[in-house]
Amino acid sequence: MEELVFYLCAAVAIVAALTVIVQRSAVYSALALIACFCSVAILFFQLGAEFIAAIQVIVYAGAIMVLFLFVVMLIDPESDAFASNRLKKLTITAVPLAAILGLLLLWAVPAVGPNGSDSSHAATGGIEPLARSLFSDYLLPFEVTSILILVAVLGAMVLAKRTD
Amino acid sequence: MDINYTALLPEIILSVAGIVLMLLIPFVPKESQPKLGYVGLVGILLAFCALVLQWEGERGLAFFDMVFQDNFANFSKLLFLLSVGAITATSMHYLEQDRLLKAEYFCLLLFSTVGMCLMAASADLIMTFLGIEILSISTYVLAGYRSSEMKSTESALKYFILGAFSTAFLLYGVAFVYGATGTTKYLQISRAISDMDSYPVFLLLGVGFMIVGFGFKAAFVPFHVWTPDVYEGAPIPITAHLAVASKAAAVVAFLRILFQVVPDLSLQWQQLLWISAVLTMLIGNIAALTQSNIKRMLAYSSIAHAGYLLVGLTANSTMGAQGVLFYLMAYAFMNLGAFTVVQLVARRGEANVEIKDYAGLGFKYPLLSLALSVFIVSLAGIPLTAGFTGKLFLFSAAIQQGMYWLVVIAVVASAIGIYYYIRVLVFMYMREPEGEIESVGIPGVARIVILIMVLGTLYLGILPGSVLKMASEAVNF
Repeated sequence: MEELVFYLCAAVAIVAALTVIVQRSAVYSALALIACFCSVAILFFQLGAEFIAAIQVIVYAGAIMVLFLFVVMLIDPESDAFASNRLKKLTITAVPLAAILGLLLLWAVPAVGPNGSDSSHAATGGIEPLARSLFSDYLLPFEVTSILILVAVLGAMVLAKRTD
Repeated sequence: MDINYTALLPEIILSVAGIVLMLLIPFVPKESQPKLGYVGLVGILLAFCALVLQWEGERGLAFFDMVFQDNFANFSKLLFLLSVGAITATSMHYLEQDRLLKAEYFCLLLFSTVGMCLMAASADLIMTFLGIEILSISTYVLAGYRSSEMKSTESALKYFILGAFSTAFLLYGVAFVYGATGTTKYLQISRAISDMDSYPVFLLLGVGFMIVGFGFKAAFVPFHVWTPDVYEGAPIPITAHLAVASKAAAVVAFLRILFQVVPDLSLQWQQLLWISAVLTMLIGNIAALTQSNIKRMLAYSSIAHAGYLLVGLTANSTMGAQGVLFYLMAYAFMNLGAFTVVQLVARRGEANVEIKDYAGLGFKYPLLSLALSVFIVSLAGIPLTAGFTGKLFLFSAAIQQGMYWLVVIAVVASAIGIYYYIRVLVFMYMREPEGEIESVGIPGVARIVILIMVLGTLYLGILPGSVLKMASEAVNF
């Protein structure tokens, strides 16, 4: 059962990821990306990393996708600027880079070994250990980050609100 | 070890003051928004009281080993509160005069102080990074506060892009150090390093990147290029903030890292800092010679002063560290005073920031000019002023370590520096003004600030003992 879910999700993730690239319409690509994120989230869940699974759905499939859709809406990807030449040039660089990444993964994944998903690894992605270290060891950085975000919000507001 | 609120009481008070101020803004009419600066001043005063109360308190680590509670942190916080207090006080008049009626300015100042205090107290690279970011993001916005001026916007943008760039360097360095030692806690890193037989390349590279990151923030040559443009475009009180408090925070955090995290690598970093010190002193002083804008001149002068601080750091001794802290205090007094006068003389819209605008000022405003003369003389390092005693301690620390060439270059560089400082005095007292001198408004708060700064400059110059003792207790890690 577990293996069935794994292969199903992995297949969906790969097909969805391919759809993102192959699909001509940007909106469909974005929707395919959501499918990809969700199936990856299930994979995380299977590894016992509930927190990362939840974050994957909330942040990536939620917030970041909305941002993507906004950009798609604003820049009109069907226009000529995105059509031909520039994309071809990008493909020329992208293929070797993807090949390098693939080779690195081929080298790195066996190095981690089949026990890469043992309990100690999975534990760090769970909600309880995360909450425990967030509210003990990393309590202060966690709290101070809120001030950092507050400053960023305040600064953005000051910059946006032009005086007469 | 555990949660200990007293260790961070000043920071907590400052944050609360910033939030309260933020909530008050909608209820205050536009015209009286600059008056909200008094709320900020109250916050700073309360934080100061908290600091004094814990001055003799317990020592050690707090918040799960995230911050130090020690004399070094206390000394630095005192320095930051002093300088931000002065900047807040003078900013109220500036905002009113230039019709920048947005009190978020003071919130950002308060939050930037929180960042600086955390940088000084930090015992973990994560905290250091967060402190630097809080400070940086608030100062990016503050530098562009005169949003109708192209120069101010340019300043903010340049500062933001280069600042983000330098933060990336710092983070990269932190990541390498973490990779090499397996921890981000200061004391554990230094223990891990002293257990090593040979140092991995990643560790050295990481420390190098961190030096680059701090070099940007403190404007050490060759990472100083942003300084003149950013200082020129920013509102004058913010220029003072960048030149004094923000630089001091970077230097203090850097000092702690050098002395508590990587003391075992001192042979390596001393060489880097030696070169940077020489370049910083020479380039800062020589470039300042040709400046006609007083803000740019003070920007290059602040680069030169960073070079003197580097001499103290390069010495790598307790005496050097003590000299750095003393010099930061002296530098705060004289530079804050100089910037306050520059701000008053600039008048509305920063119309008079050329050195020639100071012609004839000496006789029309004798007291103001006398105060500026004291600050300038002190920046030049003439005896009986804070600048002289500060340099004396820094240079003698280097001599004690046998770094004679460094001190020779430092003395030559400060001799070059005297020329451009004295030029301001020449303009003030020996040149005829081109036309009628516009009147300079000197509000009461600014009078008090200038008086305190003059007294501080002279006190540190004549009786440096008590502050020096504080500094020596502070560097007793």
